[in-house]
Amino acid sequence: MSGPSTYQPQSPVMKWLEQRLPIAGLVHSSFVAYPTPRNLNYWWTFGAILSMMLAVQIVTGVVLAMHYTPHVDMAFDSVERLVRDVNYGWLLRNMHAAGASMFFIAVYIHMFRGLYYGSYKAPREVLWILGVIIYLLMMATGFMGYVLPWGQMSFWGATVITNLFSAIPLVGDSIVTLLWGGFSVGNPTLNRFFSLHYLLPFVIAGVVVLHVWALHVTGQNNPTGVEPKTEKDTVPFTPYATLKDAFGMSCFLLFFCWFIFYMPNYLGDPENYIPANPGVTPPHIVPEWYYLPFYAILRAIPNKLMGVAAMFGAILVLLFLPWLDSCKVRSSRYRPLAKRFFWAFVVTCLLLGWLGGKPAEGIYTILARVLTAAYFAYFLIVLPMLSRVEKTLPLPNSIADDVLARSNASGATKVASLVAALALAGGLLLGGSGNASAAGSEENVPPSLQWSFAGPFGKYDRAQLQRGFKIYKEVCSACHSMKLLSYRNLADPGGPGFTKEQAAAVAAEASIKDGPNDAGDMFDRPGRLADPFHSPFANEMAARSANGGAAPPDMTLLAKARSYDRGFPQFIFDFFTQFQEQGPNYIAALLQGYEDTPPAGFTLPDGSYYNKYFPGHSIKMPPPISEGQVTYEDGTPQTVAQYAQDVGSFLMWTAEPHLEARKRLGLQVMIFLLILTGLLYFTKKKIWADAH
Amino acid sequence: MKGLGIVTTEASAEPTRRDFLFIATGAVAGVGAVAAAWPFVSQMNPDASTIAAGAPIEVDLAPVAVGQDIKVFWRGKPIYIMNRTKKQIEEAQSVALSSLPDPETDKARTKEGHEQWLVVIGICTHLGCIPMAYEGKYDGFFCPCHGSQYDSSGRIRQGPAPANLPVPPYQFVSDTKIQIG
Repeated sequence: MSGPSTYQPQSPVMKWLEQRLPIAGLVHSSFVAYPTPRNLNYWWTFGAILSMMLAVQIVTGVVLAMHYTPHVDMAFDSVERLVRDVNYGWLLRNMHAAGASMFFIAVYIHMFRGLYYGSYKAPREVLWILGVIIYLLMMATGFMGYVLPWGQMSFWGATVITNLFSAIPLVGDSIVTLLWGGFSVGNPTLNRFFSLHYLLPFVIAGVVVLHVWALHVTGQNNPTGVEPKTEKDTVPFTPYATLKDAFGMSCFLLFFCWFIFYMPNYLGDPENYIPANPGVTPPHIVPEWYYLPFYAILRAIPNKLMGVAAMFGAILVLLFLPWLDSCKVRSSRYRPLAKRFFWAFVVTCLLLGWLGGKPAEGIYTILARVLTAAYFAYFLIVLPMLSRVEKTLPLPNSIADDVLARSNASGATKVASLVAALALAGGLLLGGSGNASAAGSEENVPPSLQWSFAGPFGKYDRAQLQRGFKIYKEVCSACHSMKLLSYRNLADPGGPGFTKEQAAAVAAEASIKDGPNDAGDMFDRPGRLADPFHSPFANEMAARSANGGAAPPDMTLLAKARSYDRGFPQFIFDFFTQFQEQGPNYIAALLQGYEDTPPAGFTLPDGSYYNKYFPGHSIKMPPPISEGQVTYEDGTPQTVAQYAQDVGSFLMWTAEPHLEARKRLGLQVMIFLLILTGLLYFTKKKIWADAH
Repeated sequence: MKGLGIVTTEASAEPTRRDFLFIATGAVAGVGAVAAAWPFVSQMNPDASTIAAGAPIEVDLAPVAVGQDIKVFWRGKPIYIMNRTKKQIEEAQSVALSSLPDPETDKARTKEGHEQWLVVIGICTHLGCIPMAYEGKYDGFFCPCHGSQYDSSGRIRQGPAPANLPVPPYQFVSDTKIQIG
């Protein structure tokens, strides 16, 4: 892609091919001989990391589509079936779901890098604009992908985002109807989103080709912002950039795998484990984290049309960046003022992201308005002004000069930054374990219990799962269904450890409706291993009418669908300590949180009970279990506290049946990646030793 | 790399150690790539619910009169259960094995004491069509797709099919009930 190729085919076959289709020459000139500035730092490996993430998303996505059913009645269950029943389905789903977040983390770093080093300036304007287009396509793709599991957040995200278009004057409502294919978000919407979600990644891949093409015409920018002048300033792409990129990708994979294997639900919303319900909006709806800054901007403006315009404007302003900043010096390294404003802008974006996740009220709204003004001021006032008034520092003569000057001074800073990073990581770990116990002391926050399945080596306690199952069978199952669990699962590895015969005996106790038979009649038969757990009520309306209007929720996913806010900075520590046990903590607390007399001033509606851990405190479920109600044969104390913990543990298993396999494979993958990363580091060092 | 002046091409002091590092890195990366491909292949296999749904089934034979047949499905495959007439049984037992393309006795294809019952997977061994019962020249099955003819024991007698209709695993639970699978 950069002029006539210097590729000289050796074998007769390649010579023959090269005269007819010079594809080997194209690859050679683009990815082997292509000269790359020799001073690129690790921020430049994110281009390769993004290509890798696009490939990961496309490959896992194509596979997930083999098991997914885009129908409002089946989408949610098909995702759960895929996670539970398909070989490695949990792995593929976690890769795709966490992969979306990783893709956005990488793209944000890539964009901020471009911003800092002025990579959008002439002659790279088209390159930058293509990048903004890719980013827009990513946002559309990510949004539609989030709709597909058809949980509560999927449904309400789809509703809110499509309603953005209703702000357009005159034609807004028609556009929204067009997007929905109906009078509201429904099956046609889900079908078209699935179709487009499958299409857009290939469109992204196409624009990425243009992006790389444009890059290879102008050449890469570099930390000095000075164009390469002689061959001394560059090294060939292979092996230098290739290996540096490979090392960067391997490090990024380690980070990615932390989420896949240990924190799969960290970045997701628990509400999305509740099937879509068009009649109830979740109390606190937020988009995925990568849209939060723009969501904050949307909510900051008290006018519907202006809010939507500001939100889209915040992205579209990037398209004009090459002309808003006309300073001749590219890199912020030589722009002392621009550098400070850049970091202020980064902080603005982070704070907007934080505000996007907060309720839109009081001080949050005021802050969001100030920061929205700051966001736009950076592009529309600060950058144009700075281009005119800033006194820039002297630029190095060439890249080679800069490399020589810096290699003399770099050793000490490298060690210092490494020490600082280690200290930070250690502090976070310590802080995490220290605060984990402190976090529970606050009132109405479920206390953090000890769970055998917590942490990187956690495993279920088989006896505890069996006790939990006994409680479910004897108590909970009178009202709560367990639709996603089948009797066969009781004998699955990593579960309660029942034998096949025991599981079959449990199944046989249930009476399952089957048919029609030869005479066309439905009939009852004993349950089999393959049957899903029998539901106590024939349908939701029956459940509702038998329980005073509130249908008891299905329990299969309850441990992942219930959570509570851990707050800042606790949620950051949680990432390092792999804290994932909000669900079981909440369930165990709820069972013990009943109080006979509500606090003074609290009016309890008729037919409700006071529970200090239930949101709103008024719960329709009577205290479900009392001391000694279920008999334990193994001598475990028959207290409510013990019952609560056993049920919490059992429900964690029903929600996450492959937890043990996940953590086991995670350990193997982590060890492998550490070895690979180490080898790549030394290989890269060996190769670059020649160039320094 | 030659011709790029800055790149010093001084020979490494220990070429073997350097080579070893490169080969080790390449090998580990290769192993990782192959291992990473495995879940993507494995997910294509039948999932746990499909396997569980393929558990054995029981079929009541009482309603099937002599000279009738029923078709039941097991693991998505049609199974013919035929209550054979005396004539059919005699034909199946008396044919010379040497005249069969896929020699197999009728005894081996039925259960002792229950010789009137023929249980076969009704999928033509040629290319997977469903043969029709009581059709063709041999009192057995005839496949309309490409003209394969099976006899009253489900054995191939004529046409392009290479093998007999397979007998699924089954046993008699009682005189009038079988379990397939």
